[in-house]
Amino acid sequence: MAQSPTMSPLSSSADWRDLYALTKPRVMTLVVFTALCGLLAAPGHMHPVLAFSSILAIALGGGASGALNQWYEAGIDAKMKRTQDRPLPAGRLDPRTALQFGVGLAAFSVFLMWFASNWHAALWLTASILFYVFIYTIWLKPRTPQNIVIGGAAGAFPPIIGWVAVTGTLDVYPVLMFLLVFMWTPPHFWALSLFVRMDYAAADIPMMPVVAGEGPTRKQILLYAILMALVALAPWALGYAGLIYGVVASVMSLIFVALSAHVGLRRTVTDDKMLPEKRLFAFSILYLFLVFGAIVADHWWKL
Amino acid sequence: MSVNPDDPQFDIVEYRKRQASRAKVMAALLAAFAVLFFFITIAKMQLYA
Repeated sequence: MAQSPTMSPLSSSADWRDLYALTKPRVMTLVVFTALCGLLAAPGHMHPVLAFSSILAIALGGGASGALNQWYEAGIDAKMKRTQDRPLPAGRLDPRTALQFGVGLAAFSVFLMWFASNWHAALWLTASILFYVFIYTIWLKPRTPQNIVIGGAAGAFPPIIGWVAVTGTLDVYPVLMFLLVFMWTPPHFWALSLFVRMDYAAADIPMMPVVAGEGPTRKQILLYAILMALVALAPWALGYAGLIYGVVASVMSLIFVALSAHVGLRRTVTDDKMLPEKRLFAFSILYLFLVFGAIVADHWWKL
Repeated sequence: MSVNPDDPQFDIVEYRKRQASRAKVMAALLAAFAVLFFFITIAKMQLYA
């Protein structure tokens, strides 16, 4: 377990807000939204109470993954400006409570998923939690600059879980949704890591800009953006989605590639405010929301 | 890591306040989940009826 050498002494018992912060609520928003879109785009009907419970289970599973990630990375978080005020490095929460909370929440989320939907979806949820904690957090993140690429799979599971909660089986369409989030993750995170790379360097995390340098990172952002655009257009090209999705995905992907090209073809100058990188990072979040929103809209109003 | 009540900086009032707030939230969550499991059961009974 990575432990902080700079943890401040615990001055008081943890507040409930500290446990909430442990679940990484902002990351959970995206997880819940893509899972909801997978669920709503799936063929068939699901009772609203069961659908709500399934989405809640995915949110709790995401929260458990976040909690276990923060438990393991407390020492690393203490070294980075962006994360040093989290409950564990700040000393507001003790590691044992965080570990028990994470494991308990993970077990409960899987049980809730099985109870509300089916064992197949519960299995996918278990796989996504284990992948995030063991493959990404413990194995890849401290070892390889490709951590985000392979680890991105963990964040790409939710639409599959949402779909399987309704149908009980896997199909090509949710796999395309998985691939879309998978390809979206590297340009999204590398844009962020370009403007916070000093933080990652201080924490000895081998993020792409720290290990390979800025130039190769910028080139890879553009490469993955182009691959992501091709994957985004695939559901329309293969006939799984209609015109609404096709138009939204085409326009948004074009803008995404253009912003990525701006980032990919430039160099950092003295006193650079990194505006193109910040713009790409912000747009990438909007992109995922709109494209996944279009998947649902297209399912309901096929043109 | 454990709380040390002998520490001069230790604030017992604040400590109890935080403990109470955590317990209240936990109680509310448990009640909410009990209600949720009841409605899940009803929904599944409707599906299999």
